[in-house]
Amino acid sequence: MNGAQDLGGAMGFGPVRPEKAEPAFHARWEERALALTLAAGALGEWSIDEGRYARESLHPALYLNASYYEIWLRALEKLLRDKKLLEGKELETGRASRPAAKTRRPKLTADGARRLMAKGTPYRREPCAPARFAVGGRVRAKVMNPHGHTRLPRYARGKVGVVERIHGAHVFPDASARGQSEPVWLYTVAFPARELWGEGADPTLTVSIEAFEPYLEPLPSKG
Amino acid sequence: MASCPCPTEHGRPAIDGYDPVARVKALEQLLVEKGYVDPLALDVIVETYAHEVGPMNGAKVVAKAWTDADYRGRLLANGTEAAAELGFGGRGGEHIVVVENTPRLHNLIVCTLCSCYPWPLLGLPPVWYKSPPYRSRAVIEPRAVLRDFGVTLPETTAIRVWDSTAETRYLVLPLRPEGSEGLSEERLASLVTREAMIGTGLALVPARAAA
Repeated sequence: MNGAQDLGGAMGFGPVRPEKAEPAFHARWEERALALTLAAGALGEWSIDEGRYARESLHPALYLNASYYEIWLRALEKLLRDKKLLEGKELETGRASRPAAKTRRPKLTADGARRLMAKGTPYRREPCAPARFAVGGRVRAKVMNPHGHTRLPRYARGKVGVVERIHGAHVFPDASARGQSEPVWLYTVAFPARELWGEGADPTLTVSIEAFEPYLEPLPSKG
Repeated sequence: MASCPCPTEHGRPAIDGYDPVARVKALEQLLVEKGYVDPLALDVIVETYAHEVGPMNGAKVVAKAWTDADYRGRLLANGTEAAAELGFGGRGGEHIVVVENTPRLHNLIVCTLCSCYPWPLLGLPPVWYKSPPYRSRAVIEPRAVLRDFGVTLPETTAIRVWDSTAETRYLVLPLRPEGSEGLSEERLASLVTREAMIGTGLALVPARAAA
């Protein structure tokens, strides 16, 4: 979706302000927001892409005003409500008013958390078909504006780039955010800055995105 | 947060009165009461990212690549497997790709759409990495972003920005600094900053690291 999260090329946000010796967390509530998000996610009721979609679905004014963990927390509340693990009333009062819903996976234990952190959840899958594009091939990123989740940033849509790497078939975020499983090929596609930004672009700059196959259409090779 | 000395990227008071401190407390209590989460699992997650996983992991990988040409080759060919050789991997780093700086090419990592970052090698991303100024500008004016970090590259150095729009997670293998010949892997690792592995910084030269 064309939400506030799609920031590449936006202007007016001011300088980057790195913080010296920045700690992992700035407050205890941030620690708990991160941990709750991961532990609740482990119940298996939503995918990482549904989680991202919940964050980017926040009103742009809220999204841009919030700290990152506030965005996570607001999205977590929304997911718990949408998946019917909690009722809005329970969230407002902080008191359980009905029994817990059955979840796809059991509650994460301390040992389970250690395993989850150590192993992760790989996103590579067996491909359903051969890769449509080869390294070195010219491709155009589609012009598309889906209302749902997508990982094709606006600044790359309609632009012509070159396939540089093939990463195998991966979970397709656009489908995964709808609760569907659909492995597709994943590529690194590189664009010269001039193609993305036009006149005045840094002539020494190349920008790449990770592009899922459904985002791309073929172009004839330069003859 | 009112108590935080850091710039505004931590967030301003919410326009709808939302109070994250109170909300997260209430939410944890509720999720524990309903049996959805175990507070001990939450503690493990916090402990992992507060203390066990961080840029010191990535620095070890870089130092080894600087001293062991075979390892460097394996790291650039398959970052996930090479990181696993040193015991690093897992959540947020299931598919690691390492890209190498050269005197003619400088790499920079960003996630314009959210905050994708190689957790097992660098830990949780810093606030600036997740914030609009970096996410908006890295892909359009990376040299200006580098100046915010005090880094000026020669005009002849090409810049390559990698936007992490999938579960592939990127790490920059920085240039080994001059004057670091003969140093142990451990000393070399101390020259490798988080910023150097994102591409917003360079590895420290030994004199400066000692200062």
